[in-house]
Amino acid sequence: MERDDIFEYSLHTHHTEEEGVGKRKKLWGVFWLLLVVTIVEVGLGLKFSRVPEMKSILFYTFIGLTIVKAAYIVLTFMHLGEESKFFKYIVLVPYIMFILYLVFISIAEANYNFYMDELFGWATRK
Amino acid sequence: MAHAHTTTHVEKPKSWAGGTSPFGISYGKMMMWFFLISDAFTFSGLLTAYGFMRHKFTDVWPVAGDVFTHFPFYDGHIELAYVGLMTFILIMSSVTMVLAVEAGHRMNKNGVILWMALTIVGGFMFVGSQAWEWYHFIHGTEHGAYITKDNSVFHIVDAHGHMVKELKDGIGIKPANVHLVKGYEEHLIKGADAEKLIGESRWIQGANLQENEYGHSLFGDFFFFITGFHGFHVFSGVVINIIIFVNVLQGLYDKRGHYEMVEKVGLYWHFVDLVWVFVFTFFYLL
Repeated sequence: MERDDIFEYSLHTHHTEEEGVGKRKKLWGVFWLLLVVTIVEVGLGLKFSRVPEMKSILFYTFIGLTIVKAAYIVLTFMHLGEESKFFKYIVLVPYIMFILYLVFISIAEANYNFYMDELFGWATRK
Repeated sequence: MAHAHTTTHVEKPKSWAGGTSPFGISYGKMMMWFFLISDAFTFSGLLTAYGFMRHKFTDVWPVAGDVFTHFPFYDGHIELAYVGLMTFILIMSSVTMVLAVEAGHRMNKNGVILWMALTIVGGFMFVGSQAWEWYHFIHGTEHGAYITKDNSVFHIVDAHGHMVKELKDGIGIKPANVHLVKGYEEHLIKGADAEKLIGESRWIQGANLQENEYGHSLFGDFFFFITGFHGFHVFSGVVINIIIFVNVLQGLYDKRGHYEMVEKVGLYWHFVDLVWVFVFTFFYLL
């Protein structure tokens, strides 16, 4: 027996042929963007990875470009941008909070590691 | 403020009053997202551990440009090109997947079949590329490296700044922590010291979990574990894609009235692409 009191969210994402044209255009746009960013990354890596002065600039550039690519994949390809506000927050906020903590604690612990190394001359450098 | 009670009450849909999902999303899709978050935590933990160890052993960590220099049907050394190609394959298969999802939203069965088939082909190409990459990493280079009893890795360098196998062909030996960048010559060990060091060392080629010719043994361990774990995700993604593809062919989702299963497996597939974006940056670019 069909129940009419349950909301069928699976049908909510359907769209017409006309709407599909615009959506496909957007998806291919994101594809070209991801491709261009990847080519730029490879180009920067080939040109500057052996230049010591560029090391820290490259580091932040690569991490920044990676986050740009990740944002486009999550928001467009995984359609998170089209989900409801509550759902966006419940996916992103706990994850981002946890990752910020993880990065903080690993940097703090890595520095402690160097400190212990200096203090006791641990044979950990091999 | 008495007039406030006399205004007409406007019915506004309340997200949290029950009857609907405040997230406006089906159960299955929400659970796929929650699974992906937990999987993302796993990969974040692995990559953070990689960053920690790399930071700790920064002076003995190999540069990816020295390690991954091969390209199919090309004899010379070319950095980053092959992994760039792998990234392209995965991004391409991500696009075909999202186009399959889009075709599903229009209930276009043939569109879903076409784009999912291309996605599966892309997935196999990527897994194959990774196997090829592993083969070359394990097999190693012609020149190999020398490893001392306390696990320090050395390479022999010739006058042109290329690594060679025999000391007689080279001008000196360079520790693995010295990369072939400007000014590396002053770190070279030459003459009798070099011969003594080679005499105390063992020649190794390629990589395994205990040692590798590229530098610190943890580099190989993390490479095998993280790319292996990611490759296993790609492989499972291909298998799940094939199962859903067979269901599409049999018209199951046509009868059901929606292609949400394609969307769910698509979420997993895009997640695999997302992880690769980070692996690519942290292993090959930085």
